[in-house]
Formats: sequence, structure tokens, C-alpha cells
Amino acid sequence: MRQTPALRLHVPEPSGRPGHATDFSYLRLAPAGELRKPPLDTSFHDIQDMAFSLIRVLDDDGNAVGPWADPAIDPELLRRGLRAMIKTRIYDARMQIAQRQKKISFYMLSLGEEAIGTGQVLALEKGDMCFPSYRQQNLLIAQDVPLVDMMCQLFSNDRDRLKGRQLPVMYSMREYGFFSISGNLATQFVQAVGWAMASAIKGDTKIASAWIGDGATAAADFQTALTFAHVYQAPVILNVINNQWAISSFQGIAGGESTTFAARGVGSGIASLRVDGNDFLAVHAVSKWAAERARSNLGPTLIEWVSYRAGPHSTSDDPSKYRPSDDWARFPLGDPIERLKRHLINIGAWSDEEHQATQKKLEAEVIAAQKEAESYGTLATGQTSSVSTMFEDVYKDMPWHLRRQRQQLGV
Amino acid sequence: MATRKEQGAMAPMTMIQALRSAMDIMLGRDDDLVIFGQDVGYFGGVFRCTEGLQAKHGRHRVFDTPISEGGIVGAAVGMCAYGLRPVVEIQFADYFYPATDQIVSEAARLRYRTAGEFIAPLTIRMPCGGGIYGGQTHSQSPEALFIHVSGLRTVMPSNPYDAKGLLIASIENDDPVIFLEPKRLYNGPFDGHHDQPVVPWSKHPLGKVPTGYYTVPLESASVFRPGSDLTVLTYGTMVYVSEVAARESGVDAEIIDLRSLWPLDIDTILASVKKTGRCVILHEATLTGGFGGELTALVQEHCFYHLEAPIERIAGWDTPYPHAHEWAYFPSPARVARAFRKVMDETSSPVFQGVDLPLRKEG
Repeated sequence: MRQTPALRLHVPEPSGRPGHATDFSYLRLAPAGELRKPPLDTSFHDIQDMAFSLIRVLDDDGNAVGPWADPAIDPELLRRGLRAMIKTRIYDARMQIAQRQKKISFYMLSLGEEAIGTGQVLALEKGDMCFPSYRQQNLLIAQDVPLVDMMCQLFSNDRDRLKGRQLPVMYSMREYGFFSISGNLATQFVQAVGWAMASAIKGDTKIASAWIGDGATAAADFQTALTFAHVYQAPVILNVINNQWAISSFQGIAGGESTTFAARGVGSGIASLRVDGNDFLAVHAVSKWAAERARSNLGPTLIEWVSYRAGPHSTSDDPSKYRPSDDWARFPLGDPIERLKRHLINIGAWSDEEHQATQKKLEAEVIAAQKEAESYGTLATGQTSSVSTMFEDVYKDMPWHLRRQRQQLGV
Repeated sequence: MATRKEQGAMAPMTMIQALRSAMDIMLGRDDDLVIFGQDVGYFGGVFRCTEGLQAKHGRHRVFDTPISEGGIVGAAVGMCAYGLRPVVEIQFADYFYPATDQIVSEAARLRYRTAGEFIAPLTIRMPCGGGIYGGQTHSQSPEALFIHVSGLRTVMPSNPYDAKGLLIASIENDDPVIFLEPKRLYNGPFDGHHDQPVVPWSKHPLGKVPTGYYTVPLESASVFRPGSDLTVLTYGTMVYVSEVAARESGVDAEIIDLRSLWPLDIDTILASVKKTGRCVILHEATLTGGFGGELTALVQEHCFYHLEAPIERIAGWDTPYPHAHEWAYFPSPARVARAFRKVMDETSSPVFQGVDLPLRKEG
């Protein structure tokens, strides 16, 4: 008689835990310059293999190689990208300290992921709309948004344009093509597709850029967004940032084990690429390609950006409880700032001295902005918007029951 | 409608035709209006509410969607962020649940969380209500789930005239509106006498509808039947059930059709209860946690010293909507009439509505 073994539930585990080094061989890497650059009107069919490989431009020595390297790229654009990345990192560090000083209730760093939003937003045009998650502050910083405006939101002070209604980091800046961040994961991914559909309905030329993390791809709205983007050939770039971690959950728990997130796009009939997210040149080149595709009515593109969440998930998180403390140092794709810096030095468009000077200058800029923002109040000083504004904007016009409740509060 | 003014040419319309007319007119008036949902495009909707609209206005304006309620509402919110004014359909109110996150967390909160930088002026149409042998998932009345959400407007018409005027007002309103359509009333009024032939809208005064543009303002209730004995707060199909119950019970009930469920017309409600001193609240939805609880609380808070009897609630039982036992579930004219008489008896003892047996523990 045939013996049937008892079934066993498979629960994915990361190879590295505190005290044990991560084995990053699961990453499906490819050497820089190896992957082709398909024509803009490619079919998802013809590039299926690329969803399981990795587009990289910068090699280990910081040289730009292969078909995605643009020899005509303006070094000033790269310098701008590097400055934005450095600024983001400084901003994050300062705001994390401000949280520890209780001037802010909460903060989320984007350490190690600075290249992705920066590279993409510099490939978009004014009027395009990004639908970010909470770790895309670089979309704003790369556009030189006044840091004071961002910080006032973090401080919930009386200059906070969101009137203290939103948790820190949940920015909304329409004029910079930055859609309101919601705490509810993945919701914005399908909204981005709807925005892109609207642009197409109106015969506009603007495109949408959607953002989601590896963990949130498990939410229903991720698949919904892919289906709608495919069905209506919406002009949207569907960005998946695979930073390997969703709080404490390894990307294998999100469904990344033995496959890729780019592969999800292939199954939905969407041209899908997998890209080194710490390679600014690759980020910019692929973003530009996807944006041109969308703008040329050639449909959506899904991009999995392979990166690493170098910092804690948030100021409420302690990663040393679930992953090795030296993980980032061992991550094969390195640090996006170091890699772009090295490339720029190689081509003679940057130097260690300039790097140091820039860092100093940006530090001073961030500190000055913080000083100004704090002068409008912080959570600690309680200098917030008037309490009566709490009842506003629930509806366009305040209904009787809210007027009554406002009176009951005595404001 | 006492306040109804001369509004040009009138035509007989069912509720379906009235809703279609509203959407047709608004597609013509507002280039930013788009209509989509499951089967609403080429086919014209499983209830025919969007019939002919795609052929007339084009596939860019009226189109079919994948079967994904979250996708339908989520895409609509994104379109709102762009500046469009989507009118989307969820095929049955029973199927809105997959869109809950987009409705509650996104559409309802967008204006608030952005201090008005982004808004969601969308209308979500949902056929609702029972009385059609729809069983569990084609009969539900989920209005209380929306009323609990700050930032939403919830509306339910009870006749073709209101259906068109309220839908146009809802579409024009810059807040997100949940527009619930009692499908039992699509083709004619229904008073709960399921054993009698159905009267079509063509034989009812409210089945005459202006062919052009007009609105029925939101947050305005209508006194459907003036009366002096007690006030009935209701909406949808129950308007007609309470009307026939008033006739059959001999109770001179003042029937208020709320039309806008939330935010609602508090003044009309309070004026009526203060006049009659008695209040019956009636809806198809399940009792516990239902909208009737909120109405009861409001009347109690504002009319306590005018009340001559406890407020009575008649609702669907606290069960899922059954198939075979439809008419034992659906609040019947007899049940409503009993409640009317009970309230007129001024009893302050515990009321067990519609239950003829004395209350006792079994066994």
C-alpha cells in the first residue's frame, strides 16, 4: 500500500536572522550592462525574461555600461540626482532625531532607497502625478520642494497645510504632482491607474506614476491596479519597490520566494522590468523608457526596483529583533549614493571635496529649514492649527451635525 | 411633492428610466462626467439603467469594467484626483464590500486629509433592498455601514421623480455620495402586499417626471403623507409599506421620506415629531446597529419632552436575508400597522414588535 506523507505547511523564512548573516543569493542578480534595451513598443511577451533578471548600468567600478547607459546624459542631471539623494538622507537623519526629541510623533526613513524616487521623478514632466507610498519623500526633495513645507507637516504646526490632520510623513502636494498619502496600503496603486485613465479619457498628455512596496503587493488593490492598467492600457508606471522587508516580514512572505514581483506584471499582460534600484543611472534610464512608453500611448509598464530597506521600518521599529544588524553592509547592490558618487568622480563630474562641501551645505540648509519650521511650532510646543478646523473639510459645506458638535466642543 | 414647481415637459418614467435620464442629462452638461461599472457599457446595465448611454456618449464616457468593486471605486477616486466626476455602479449593494477600503479610507477622507487639496466628487450607485426573492446577496440594505462613515453622503430615492432629481443633485455635489436605489421600486411602487398585482409607475402620480434638468436638493426630507397621529421616519420601499399600513390601521400617520439618509434633514423630522408626539422608525435593514438606532437617538435627544410614547423601531430581523422566508422577513404592512396601533396605545411597557406570542423562556 502506498504511504502518503503527512502534508506540511510551508512558511517562508529569511536566510538571515539576528546573529546569522543573510544569504543574498536569492536575489537573481545580473551583471551590469547585460540586459538589452527593448524598443518602446515592445510586447510584454518579448521581454518576459527581463522580469526574472536585473537591469543594471553601473558596474562595480562605477562605470556606466550596456545598452541602458546613455552616453549623452547630462552630467548636471546626475549631479542634481546625487544632491537630491544626499539631501534626502540628511533630511531623514535630522527628522529621525527630531522624533527622538519628541518634536515629531513619528517618522519613516528612506535610507538606502534614495535613488528610486529621485531617478524617476527627474524622468517625469511637470503635470504628471505620482501616487506615492510613505517612503517616497525623495519625489518631493528631488523637485526642490521647500523643506519647511514638508517639515511643518511633520511638526503638525500651524503652518501645516494639512492642518494637523495627518500622521507625519503623509504629505500631500498637488502642485508637485504628489498625491495625498494614505495610511491604507496599496489603495493609491489603483487610484494612479484611474488618474491615468482620466488623462487618457480627456486626451491629455500627462501620465501617472504609481508606487507600492513589496509587502503591499499582497493587497488586493495591487492586482486590481494591474488588471485595470492592462485592460485600459492606462498611461501609468507601476513601481514596486522591493526593499526585501515589510516591517519584520521578509519579502518571501509577500510572495517573492522563488519568483519576482516583476513577474506579476507579465502574468497581467504588462511589460515588466526588474531593475537595480540602487543604480541611479538604471533608475533614470528605465523610468524614462517607461514614461515615454506611457506618453506614446503604448501602455503601462511595471518595474520592480530591487533595493534594500537599510533603516528601521519606522521610528516605532527595531530591526535588530528580526534581521542581522550588518545586513545592509552585505547587500550586494550597495549604497545608491556611494555608487553614483563613484561614477561621477570617474567621469570627472564630481570629487570627494565637492561631495564633502555639498554635504555640508545641504546639512546647513536642512538645519536652517528645521529651525524655521520649528519657529511655527512643533508637537511638543502644541502650536497647532485651531481646534475648530478639526470639523472642516469633512464635507465641502459643514452639515448641521458637525456645526453642533463644534459648538459642543466650545470652539 | 408640495414644493414641486412647473418644470417644463413631463413624461411617464419608471425609476430606471428616470435614473437613466439623470445620467444622460449630466453626461451632456458636464464633459468631466464618466460612467462605468460592471455591464454598464454596451449592455446598458443588468437593470437597464444605463441603456443607450454608451451608444450616445461614446466608450470614453460610458464603459464596462472588470468585476472588481475595489478597482471600480479606486479608479474613480484616482479620476477625481485628476478632476473628473465619475458616476460608478456597484451591481448590487450586497457586493460593495470589496470596495470598502476605497470608500471608507479613501473617497470619504480625501478632502479632509488633504485639507481640500484633493476631493472625491464621485457618486456610487448601488441597487439595494429586498422583496424580490433575492436571497442573501441580492437583497441587503447596507446603509448603516455608510452612515457611520464621516465624509460620505448617503441618499435613497423612493420614486422616479426623486430618483432623477436626487441623482442629479448627488452627481453635482462635491462630496462622495452613496446613491442607494431600491430595486424593488425600479418598475413600480411596492407596498408589501406581494400577493397583489404590482402597479407600474405609469399609474402612479410620482411616475411623471420632467424630461429636462432639475434637482431635488440633498438634506431635504419630504412629507410623503401628512398626518397628525404619529410620525413615521422611513425611506425607500418602506415609504409605501407605511402608507398602506396607515390606511389599513386607521392611524393618521405622517410619513416622512428622508431621501437623504445622512446628513439628513433634521428640521423636518423634529417639526413632525414635536407635532405628533409619537414616532415610528421603519427600515428594511437589520435592526441592531441599523440606521433606526441613530434616528431613535436623535428623536429622543431633541423631542424628549414632546414624546407621548416610546419610539418604535420596525426593521428587518437580525438575520441574513433569507430566500424562502422573504415575507416573514420583509417588514409587512400588517407588522407596521400593529406597531402603529401599539404606539397609539401609549404603552410604555416593553414592546416586542410583530411577535404575537408572550415572551417566555423555552423549556
